[in-house]
Amino acid sequence: MPARRANKRASAILKAVASFAVIVATTYLGLLAVTFFIGRVVPIDPVLAIVGDRAPAHVVERTREEMGFNLPYYQQFFLYVKGVLQGDFGTSVLTTNPVMADIRRVFPATMELATVGTIIGAALGIPLGVLAAVKRGSLADQIVRIVGLVGYSVPIFWLGLLALLVFYARLGWTAGPGRIDVVFEYTFTPITGFYLLDAVLNRDWAAFKDIFAHIILPASLLGYFSLAYISRMTRSFMLNELSQEYIVAARAKGLSETRIIWGHALRNAAVPLVTVIALSYAGLLEGSVLTETVFAWPGLGLYITNSLQNADMNAVLGGTIIIGSVFIAINLLSDLLYRLLDPRTRIR
Amino acid sequence: MFIGKLNGHFRLMLTGAALSVMALSAPALAVTPADTLVQAWAIDDTITLDPAESFELSPAEFLGNAYDMLVRLDINDTTKVRPGVAESWTVSDDGLTYTFKLKPGLKFASGNPITAEDVAWSFERVVKLDKSPAFIVTQFGLTKDNVTEKAKAVDASTFVFTVDKSYAPSFVLNCLTATVGAVMDKKLVLEHVAPVTPTDDYKFDNDFGNGWLKTGYAGSGPFKIRDWRANEILVLERNDNYYGEKAALARVIYRHVKESATQRLMLESGDVDVARNLEPGDLEAISKNADLATTSAPKGTMYYISLNQKNENLAKPEVRQALKYLVDYDAIGSTLIKGIGEIRQTYQPKGVLGALDSDPFKFDVAKAKELLEKAGLKDGFSITMDVRNTQPVTGIAEAFQQTAGQAGVKVEIIPGDGKQTLTKYRARNHDMYIGQWGMDYWDPNSNAETFTSNPNNADDGTVKTLAWRNAWDVPELTEKTKAALLERDNDKRAAMYKELQQAALDTSPFVLVFQQTEVAGLRGNVKNYKLGPNFDSNFVAPVTKD
Repeated sequence: MPARRANKRASAILKAVASFAVIVATTYLGLLAVTFFIGRVVPIDPVLAIVGDRAPAHVVERTREEMGFNLPYYQQFFLYVKGVLQGDFGTSVLTTNPVMADIRRVFPATMELATVGTIIGAALGIPLGVLAAVKRGSLADQIVRIVGLVGYSVPIFWLGLLALLVFYARLGWTAGPGRIDVVFEYTFTPITGFYLLDAVLNRDWAAFKDIFAHIILPASLLGYFSLAYISRMTRSFMLNELSQEYIVAARAKGLSETRIIWGHALRNAAVPLVTVIALSYAGLLEGSVLTETVFAWPGLGLYITNSLQNADMNAVLGGTIIIGSVFIAINLLSDLLYRLLDPRTRIR
Repeated sequence: MFIGKLNGHFRLMLTGAALSVMALSAPALAVTPADTLVQAWAIDDTITLDPAESFELSPAEFLGNAYDMLVRLDINDTTKVRPGVAESWTVSDDGLTYTFKLKPGLKFASGNPITAEDVAWSFERVVKLDKSPAFIVTQFGLTKDNVTEKAKAVDASTFVFTVDKSYAPSFVLNCLTATVGAVMDKKLVLEHVAPVTPTDDYKFDNDFGNGWLKTGYAGSGPFKIRDWRANEILVLERNDNYYGEKAALARVIYRHVKESATQRLMLESGDVDVARNLEPGDLEAISKNADLATTSAPKGTMYYISLNQKNENLAKPEVRQALKYLVDYDAIGSTLIKGIGEIRQTYQPKGVLGALDSDPFKFDVAKAKELLEKAGLKDGFSITMDVRNTQPVTGIAEAFQQTAGQAGVKVEIIPGDGKQTLTKYRARNHDMYIGQWGMDYWDPNSNAETFTSNPNNADDGTVKTLAWRNAWDVPELTEKTKAALLERDNDKRAAMYKELQQAALDTSPFVLVFQQTEVAGLRGNVKNYKLGPNFDSNFVAPVTKD
């Protein structure tokens, strides 16, 4: 009875989607509630950020009322959630823009940096990890270990300044802080906010070159940090695979070592590796405050930190929702990739 | 090396990755365009570009260059004002009516003519919007109901301003130099007003262009504001309709860079022409570099330690004086604030009318101990101090903790974020606080009012001056501060402010430490770059590049 089976399958999918929706909704609500109440107990007067220290008392009081800060917390929270459900995330008190407009501006900057960083991290980290696993205990393994350890333990603030000093100030190989040189201020108009992409869309190759020269240093730095993690994880996944019986079998069959490492072992190690890369990507998408400070990069990390220090809770909540969404989306994506890479998890 | 042992796959991937990283990052020699001045500056305090609302430091500089006021501060003699949009002015004998004659044939950047009607309307919108800096003009008795009468265009080139008391003319004119006094292009702004629903707090049906002016521009200064992206960039462009000497450079670009070390690298590499937030270490390196130069100017911001009079120990007059002897001024001046500040113990910044130049206190443990003994605190006491975690205040607090300890005063530092300590301070919940105060407008009344007047010391007092924040109840000094406002003889007025500062030295709970010096690092080819006494007089129009 094919019709009944199709029905059954449809209802199973529906159920899965429904349970997913419930999980997402409660995650968001919990996220909002916790952030909201932490934000409200922070001993900072949010009105200060709007009117400044020198404003007369009546202006302070009027602003407090306008912003609804004199209402009880639960009412403020209720009003906020109501707004969010209608797509209104409120206005940032610091920039006086709608929060989502701000985030549309800062998030692409962070996302572009994180994407290039993760590409660099994965492109170098995976081969290095494989190398370390294959040549276990060798000099190469030790070097990869040290490179990873340094990436893990050196403060990014210091490393960032050092990188600027060497590659920008001394050698002149890369451009300095910021996303693009001021000479493009009049000719380059961002469309998507992803500058590399915008330059391609505008067919502005001079700008592309300049943007690339600007992004390469901070991205390499972030890439180095994910490289440290990715190469360690690749190494341990590969060691696990290489000790499996099917490798012995493949060797017995006389397959080339290259084929065994890249075609068999890495293919199987790739499944957990996807999660590792996805999580490190998601981590970078939160925005790295220190990297963004050193490189004057107008991204999400700086935006949220600055908002938090000024008790600009609408902005912090908006940022939290975005980060939450990124994590949920990336988890979903890596689940899908799992299915693609691992035949056992495909829905039959 | 181990790469040699790798198989083909490895080598290909590694070289591929390395090549893609290096391919496009060819050395780009950094030179800023010849007609553009590029400055690196922390501009994240800019939240609006509307002169009726803006009250922070970096926007004051943008507005000071892009707008013109009736009168401007004379940066060659900061106790005087010079003509701005107004050509001349007269004050009536009763001191209540100020008549300004505008310069003929002036135009806004938009090409619209500047008339007295624009001036009057600019006052009207400030008073009706009633944002943070509005008190600078409403303190002359202007209200939402009478502003159209008190600030009025008599004809196209005559503007009459009527005040409620016979104030010192210097006070009135000084206040009009503030950015809140900017003359707005009425015709242009009216094209951009947004409707609002009137409420009890705001009785008007439109926003006077406040929404548009957050990022918009409607002025007549030597520069136009072309673009502002928060925490990223601000672009000034030469205004060719400016009536005075045109700006030498076509544009000035401010790039938001927060970190001092980053600014220094950019300056050294030639990516910026001016770096504005340099810490002592970076400043020193720059001053030693032959390709670079530095410039500085004292600013109207004072750093002080204050003692809450709600604390019974701090309320004792001898203790207040003893603590003034427990700051090692010389050591702080020669290290912590070297290049970025100058020791100053009176609360009026150098250069303002009536500023008293007197630094009577020296670090003197014996003297402090003697005073403490008189107060019945021979063995000292313990006290907390709220300190925000930025330099140089953290360093000064730590130095003070150490020197005060020598007289038995045990200071416990409570570190906090800027807004957090400020919130606590404003609620009078601190013992000791280290903070700074920038003048609201360039007149001695601004600091006299906050340091030595406290009209109502009750917890719910509405005029929350610094004296109020420290619960320092001084009815006599409050009266005297008021009286100085009405003294129309400039010399006598200056003398009154000197007396107030002396009283503060002798009795106040404010341990003044230093006056801020603003410094900038410059590329060697930048000429005529001069910092003013306040941020709205950091004029960039005369700057040239070789």
